[in-house]
Amino acid sequence: MSERHHVTGLAVYLAVFLALMVFTAVTVWASFVHLGPFNDLVAMAIAFTKATLVVLFFMQVRHASRMAKITVVAGFLWLAILFGITLTDYFSRGFLG
Amino acid sequence: MSSNETAPTNYLNADYGVRSWLFTVDHKRIAILYLIAVTFFFALGGLMAVLIRLELATPAGDLVQADVYNRLFTMHGVLMIFFFLIPAIPGVLGNFLIPIMIGAKDMAFPKVNLASWYVYMAGGLFAAWSMLHGGVDTGWTFYTPFSTAFSNTYVISTAIGGFLAGFSSILTGLNFIVTVHRMRAPGLTWFRLPLFVWSLYATAIVQILATPVLAITLVLLIAERAFRIGIFDPALGGDPVLFQHLFWFYSHPAVYIMILPAFGVISELVSAFARKRIFGYRVVAAASVSIAVLGFLVWGHHMFVSSQSPYAGVIFSLLSMLVAVPSAVKVFNWTATLYEGSVSWETPMLYALGFIGLFTIGGLTGVMLATMGIDIHVHDTYFVVAHFHYVMVGAVLMAYLGGLHFWWPKITGRMYPIFWSKISALLVFVGFNLTFFPQFLLGYLGMPRRYHAYPDEFQVLNVLSSAGATVLGVGYLIPLVYFFWSMRYGKRAGDNPWDAFGLEWETTSPPPTFNFPATPKVTLEAYDYTGRAEARLARTQPVRSSP
Ligand SMILES: [Cu+2]
Repeated sequence: MSERHHVTGLAVYLAVFLALMVFTAVTVWASFVHLGPFNDLVAMAIAFTKATLVVLFFMQVRHASRMAKITVVAGFLWLAILFGITLTDYFSRGFLG
Repeated sequence: MSSNETAPTNYLNADYGVRSWLFTVDHKRIAILYLIAVTFFFALGGLMAVLIRLELATPAGDLVQADVYNRLFTMHGVLMIFFFLIPAIPGVLGNFLIPIMIGAKDMAFPKVNLASWYVYMAGGLFAAWSMLHGGVDTGWTFYTPFSTAFSNTYVISTAIGGFLAGFSSILTGLNFIVTVHRMRAPGLTWFRLPLFVWSLYATAIVQILATPVLAITLVLLIAERAFRIGIFDPALGGDPVLFQHLFWFYSHPAVYIMILPAFGVISELVSAFARKRIFGYRVVAAASVSIAVLGFLVWGHHMFVSSQSPYAGVIFSLLSMLVAVPSAVKVFNWTATLYEGSVSWETPMLYALGFIGLFTIGGLTGVMLATMGIDIHVHDTYFVVAHFHYVMVGAVLMAYLGGLHFWWPKITGRMYPIFWSKISALLVFVGFNLTFFPQFLLGYLGMPRRYHAYPDEFQVLNVLSSAGATVLGVGYLIPLVYFFWSMRYGKRAGDNPWDAFGLEWETTSPPPTFNFPATPKVTLEAYDYTGRAEARLARTQPVRSSP
């Protein structure tokens, strides 16, 4: 029973919430640091980390069944397909000059 | 009177009254609700087609004005795609058959199943409301910036209709996936599932992964049109090609939401009327899943002339041709199944054979269109119109009708008139080809789609096409009449009128509310006609005392 039914304590939720707040602050701070094209990369990396925290802890995927995990991964994989292949168009438009 | 005294309790006579239907959670009754609704929307979309073909019988734009014509083909597309082709086979045949084929009492989520019908009807209401107020003229593709900045028709309400229909489709897919995972009868392993179940499982994957993108795209469209939030309109800093990427990310896989269930139906029909296990069962099952996945990687073939980068175009072109491989596997395997089978020419089989021929033409012209050089030449011509009608009507509709004719005795317990059903199958096949084959020629000669007038030299082919549409229309009307007729006057069908293989033929016709008196145990592989014959023989022979 205890194996299948995991109850996440309030402390964990608060810790995750705190982490999300810290990352938000870091995003704001990083936007003022001049990194050229890496500004976008840093912002996206932080956003990705935050989204992962939400999915794993708040949406409780960490303790979900393997099937539910596959479903979540498939969703994000398909999002990556949508973004990735669309970007092949935008990135290669300039190739012809 | 004689009909009622012998009829055992089944899902049709278990309860009476409108409430018993509108609040039902029985998957079979929900299938009937879908049947009524999709037939209605098909008739409405068909009416638009009639007006379109009537206008195109003469070169001059004399029947309707250009802007009315724009609304006609738009509403024809919206109704046929979102409200007929996408829900038809999953909503009617899928809902009815999946729980029975896997030996379950119902879907995993019966209430969600009913909700999907209501959401679909709500979407239909929005579409119908838009039509009554003058319709929409953007084409079913809602291309920006026309749809967000220029069209003064009912874009938003129609988009909401499509949005809702999409959610209904997601709910259906979700239900199918959970049902197939959790509710299979004992002994029914994955590779014993009927191929119809496999194909609807693959469809459900597409429904769940692609449809949310349509929903998001339509919301963005509404946001730009209603609140001037710049996403697609260059004047607001947006990119119109982005709309096409998002739209086709759903709408190409949507083709597979329509055709994969049709593949499933054909596998059942070919096997049943060749009295043979499908040739290469596992490969056919795997082909469904691989079409579902590959279908997500090809959307840019709709955008070769959209200013999409030609480098991306080349990738999309190659990937599109890849989809032809699993599709061809299916066609070859159906054909190979016929080899040395005992083939009979029952009505459903006529539809199945028609499907194989028409889908082959539709599919091969698809490969032609995936070739950038050809596509640029015939883009937005009747060649494209003919191609997708061969797939959508020639294949999907043929499969739907074939499936209805196959399972009608199971659904209603009655048989339709065989003679008339064969006549109408023939009329549909001839009428279809007469309607759409000339359109290949018209397109190749350069007639663009979506115009209400055309040069005189295109008239002969257009008249042929319009004449064909009349034959096709008669071919659709006849089944409508005799299906209604058969519900009251048709001969009682018996549990297994085709002597076909499958759990659905082992329960009564029509099935009881919970499908089987007791949960069946599956001991045979799918379509194992030989195994079944041996089992029957063993049952009729006296038990031998010792080996
Ligand atoms: Cu496509």
